[in-house]
Amino acid sequence: MTTKKEPIWIARDLSKCSGCRKCEIACSLFHENCIWPEASRIRVFMLVPGADFPHFCAQCEDYPCVEACPVKALSISNKTGTVLVNAETCTACGKCIEACPGRIPHIHPTKNHILICDLCNGNPQCVKVCREGEWYVLKKVPRKSNTYKLYARTPEEITRDLAVKMYGEKAEEFL
Amino acid sequence: MILGYAGKFLEVDLSTEKIKEVKFDDEILKDYIGGRGLATKILWDILGRKWETIDPLEPENILLFLTGPLTGYFPGGRTCVSGKSPQSNSVIGSTVGGEFGVELRCAGYDGIIVTGEAKEPVYLFIKDSDVEIKNASHVWGKDAKQIVRILTKECRKSLKKRFPLYGEWKEPAILYIGPAGENKVRTAVVAAKWTHAAGYGGYGAVMGSKNLKAVAVKGTGPLPPVSNIKEVEKLIRVVNDNAYENELWRRWGTGSGGYEVGARTSSEPVRNWQDEWHNKRSFGVDQFENRVWIKQFWSDFGCPTCCLKIAMVKTGKFRGAITDNPDYEMQAYLGPNLGIFTPEENVFLVALIDDLGLCGIQTGNVMGFVAELFQRGILTKKDLDGIELKWGDTKAFAALAKKIAFREGVGDLLAEGTYRAALKIGEEKKVNVLKYAIQSKGISIGAHGIRSGKDYPAIISYVCSVQGGDHTSTTGLPLDGPDSELGEIFNDSGVYCNFNSFGLPRNLRFRFYKAVTGLELTRKEWFRLKGLKILQLQRAMLLLGGPELKWNPKVHDTNPPRFYEPLPSGPYKGKTLDKTRVERDRRRYYKAVGWDKNGIPQSETLRKLGLQDVEKTLEKLR
Repeated sequence: MTTKKEPIWIARDLSKCSGCRKCEIACSLFHENCIWPEASRIRVFMLVPGADFPHFCAQCEDYPCVEACPVKALSISNKTGTVLVNAETCTACGKCIEACPGRIPHIHPTKNHILICDLCNGNPQCVKVCREGEWYVLKKVPRKSNTYKLYARTPEEITRDLAVKMYGEKAEEFL
Repeated sequence: MILGYAGKFLEVDLSTEKIKEVKFDDEILKDYIGGRGLATKILWDILGRKWETIDPLEPENILLFLTGPLTGYFPGGRTCVSGKSPQSNSVIGSTVGGEFGVELRCAGYDGIIVTGEAKEPVYLFIKDSDVEIKNASHVWGKDAKQIVRILTKECRKSLKKRFPLYGEWKEPAILYIGPAGENKVRTAVVAAKWTHAAGYGGYGAVMGSKNLKAVAVKGTGPLPPVSNIKEVEKLIRVVNDNAYENELWRRWGTGSGGYEVGARTSSEPVRNWQDEWHNKRSFGVDQFENRVWIKQFWSDFGCPTCCLKIAMVKTGKFRGAITDNPDYEMQAYLGPNLGIFTPEENVFLVALIDDLGLCGIQTGNVMGFVAELFQRGILTKKDLDGIELKWGDTKAFAALAKKIAFREGVGDLLAEGTYRAALKIGEEKKVNVLKYAIQSKGISIGAHGIRSGKDYPAIISYVCSVQGGDHTSTTGLPLDGPDSELGEIFNDSGVYCNFNSFGLPRNLRFRFYKAVTGLELTRKEWFRLKGLKILQLQRAMLLLGGPELKWNPKVHDTNPPRFYEPLPSGPYKGKTLDKTRVERDRRRYYKAVGWDKNGIPQSETLRKLGLQDVEKTLEKLR
């Protein structure tokens, strides 16, 4: 089956995340050719045990990070709709982190540039492993005109929601 | 330097607050791999000559947190905790699940060697090569859920302050002790993520004796480079695919065992092993699944199995209690073993044990032991500080568990663990109560009985193990067969989850080792040489023992007396162990591993393995 390359989005159902971090493993193997959780473009947070979730670019419709970049190191891919980082130009100033409503990008642990999910050029490895394991947290879908920005939330905000979903009012004791 | 290793270890002397990096020769790493094997070697080299005089709870003991070359690569990350055990007075390679080992390797270390004793409560915070000994007075006394919350916040705050432009920091991986460890309870655990624990060995007490409340680590580097990353990826896939096929463990973890191991294989402890059969539908996994599980899949780094579930009591008087699964061991030991047969009561007790930092197996074992003494009138309500310890009384067992964790009243005696408590009670009451103690060489027997013959296959499973009653390190023949303890030694030395190795081709772990390290290791080499060498060292330190207890193979290489009583009910009613057969298998085992008729490693065996110094030290036992 041949499919036309069109902008995609990774739909996410965070409460299903097992915390197995196979997405981090797959992402770093693809991008770094080694297992390197901190250099992964998708990072699993577990600020409260059980409330594990992957934190990665939500591809906001208005791309505030791209707007905020003072050196124009960020651009939008026509093909996939993702944010592309020009590692050469990027100065790791962190302005895009401030601009991101979810504070999602982070600096590469050893190189001087920011890390943002590039959707593996349209074939995201994290989605592949997540579906292989039948966790179905992640799903590749065509990009539509939805408010994806809703998913750009800080780790603390997401943790609070997931912990409350799981533990009810008891969650207050763990936050 | 061998591939797959970070190449250095941290040595932290808590007495002098000196921190340094140490390395081991390639030859040592080639022979002892990591984790359990390396722990055995380190302890022998440093403490071996004076082993019998070392009190596990005094500053001269060494506490080890070790990874292995396969940690983080073989799916299912674990960390090995070791030292001189306050339970067996030997070396136990106790492993705990979670991300700690992976973070440590990403920080650039293969392990941590902790010596001495801090003056005040402290915790270690490791961020790559920055290692700090931090004050822990504010978290001393805190339970599992509180310590995880406080240290997660504190460490992230510190990272944010030091590296403000990095972005959001993930949580560090934390190993900690609860109140039980602080109070040097011999059944205290080193724990992670609320519910994971290195239980066998009692290293929570060792950590407490050093005033070390926790170790938190954040590593930002990659896992150490390997020899053949493509081959590693391929092998990860093989392990994953095998685990994905295992519907039983993926769906239920070991959580179906609470019913099945009792009803079907008749090998579950019921009321301190007075029976091993029950048929209580109220303890069925369907009831756990529907009534208490709030998360079906919860896993540690890279794990395809997700045997962990999260459970929470949502109704009734135990509402709000949270733990994982509970897994089979916790179900059994804090369920039927105490006459408890509902998910809610079981989850409540397991959550309490987690929070206090106690080992569920061994605390469940000592509580079952005491409850039987109460049943028989050997111990009275007065002996138990007013607790009427009736089978099935969850609140009474909860009260007792708290007393144990804080060493209050009778809890102080029970905090010594089943074997030591039995000796003391026997002395005071002038009754032999050892026959009710279900343990082997100071280690409580895991919740897998051997009388029915339908669960653990070998009648010497717990007789000859160098880790006593540890159900994850049992013995059987042939020595290179699937029941051999040598296979488990490899898992615990490579340091990965043995659950993910079930059902795989037997050579796969050695192929994995080669893909990571680039070193050839044949089955033969492991089972006849390297694994055997580690086993002999563990045996030597077990027999040396001390300072307050020693094991005599003639007396202690045996099953608990109860295992020679006939099963009183169920499909295997009347089945029991035959002493002559156990004796025969024990002799065969001694012969196979090269021990003399008294169970002491023979000079020739030791010399062949290059353990001449051990030979010399063991001379006094002959």
